[in-house]
Amino acid sequence: MEPLDTHISRQYNVELENVRSLVLQMGGLVEQQIEQAINALVQGNVPLAEAVIVTDYKVNNFEVTIDEECNQIIARRQPTAGDLRLVLAVIKTITDLERIGDEAEKIARMAVRLAGEERPKNNYMEIHALGTHVRQMVHDALDAYARMDTEAAVRVAQEDLKIDQEYEGVMRQMITFMMEDPRTITRVLNVIWAARALERIGDHARNICEYVIYLVKGKDVRHISLEQMEKEVREGN
Amino acid sequence: MPQTAMGTLKAEVKDLNFYYGNYQALKSINLPVADKQITALIGPSGCGKSTFLRCFNRMHDLYAGNRYEGEIGLHPDGVNILNPKIDPIEVRMRIGMVFQKPNPFPKSIYENVAYGLRVRGVNKRRILDEKVEQALRGAALWNEVKDRLNNLAFNLSGGQQQRLCIARALATDPEIILFDEPTSALDPIATASIEELIAELKEQVTILIVTHNMQQAARVSSYTAFMHLGEVVEFGETGGIFTNPSKKQTEDYITGRYG
Repeated sequence: MEPLDTHISRQYNVELENVRSLVLQMGGLVEQQIEQAINALVQGNVPLAEAVIVTDYKVNNFEVTIDEECNQIIARRQPTAGDLRLVLAVIKTITDLERIGDEAEKIARMAVRLAGEERPKNNYMEIHALGTHVRQMVHDALDAYARMDTEAAVRVAQEDLKIDQEYEGVMRQMITFMMEDPRTITRVLNVIWAARALERIGDHARNICEYVIYLVKGKDVRHISLEQMEKEVREGN
Repeated sequence: MPQTAMGTLKAEVKDLNFYYGNYQALKSINLPVADKQITALIGPSGCGKSTFLRCFNRMHDLYAGNRYEGEIGLHPDGVNILNPKIDPIEVRMRIGMVFQKPNPFPKSIYENVAYGLRVRGVNKRRILDEKVEQALRGAALWNEVKDRLNNLAFNLSGGQQQRLCIARALATDPEIILFDEPTSALDPIATASIEELIAELKEQVTILIVTHNMQQAARVSSYTAFMHLGEVVEFGETGGIFTNPSKKQTEDYITGRYG
């Protein structure tokens, strides 16, 4: 992957740099949405949750804007090689970011519902822990994208395994709660929805890491094991 | 004919050097040419792609001081067409060429196509008629000119003249056709019809095309060779070259960066 700012056409440099940085701005907003949704849920803060729900349109607008920019670049520049891979990776990345935004909105909706219920003794510690982990994963995935760092992308993708394990742990705990006291079922189901949303965000972050590897290496590492992914990245270094 | 991972080979270029007097224009070129496929040669001006193309029908023989080294093996017989003992006329019967600017002869449409056959001693009207029609159909020109075969070729449009030149090349049943920037003097519509024609021709003949238009190479070819300063820098399947080239020089060229 060659530096973006070395084209003979300076306007082309500007266009590519623009979409790249728009993705990072969108990513920043999405990270903030996740953080606030988790805080709203953990603290039972309804106004904060509502703010997250309202702000989702901004995430959607980013997706539409960046998509349009990419369309223009494809139509007018016919990008090839690394430039082509950048545009394709951006188009795919923003789809995952938009879905992460939707998951954050979902968590915020659960936060509103849970705020009306009795709070558990542990103050939703498990959601807080899982949420913090997931948010960090999204942050690191975007960081790998910004630095075009495939090694970091592999490390972040590996984190997804831990997220899945953590999610399983939360599920077991929730099942126990429901068995101990069936009156908690309605509340716990909402917690499960939130945990499920966090787990999905982890999957989207892993997808973004796969696009980073495609962008930098030109290798498609979707639908293969983590070991294979690691091998593909190390090859030809 | 030799079988490889690329399929059947029509020709193989081995350690080809070419000199204009003391100036070495091509440096140890090795290139397989897949049978009945389109191979594109791309690269910046002066990289040697046209020089290389012209080696295939011994065009450089026309000027004193030009010198070839190495070989271009033409299959199935494996003859080295650069061998000085091989008559260039023989080579040109097997390998036709179409140039950048349409260059019809100052003759009728019919005689332009029949010319190569007449030179080869075909004079029977029935055979000539048949071959001319076949070639004009092959070049997707027959329907446009069948009622005015005796008109002067210069009265055709640029795109039609270029298709006439393709028909002229096809008339003698060549094994390879060389295209040297065949659409650079044509408008986009005529360009599209020539590209369509080239894609159809590969059913019957092996094609080598030099083009400045990278999108054209990406559109029409199965294999692409990127040349720079007289060398083949990278050769591979066109899809791979345009999405993930392995050499920095190739990437810089096809993405429009400072080389």
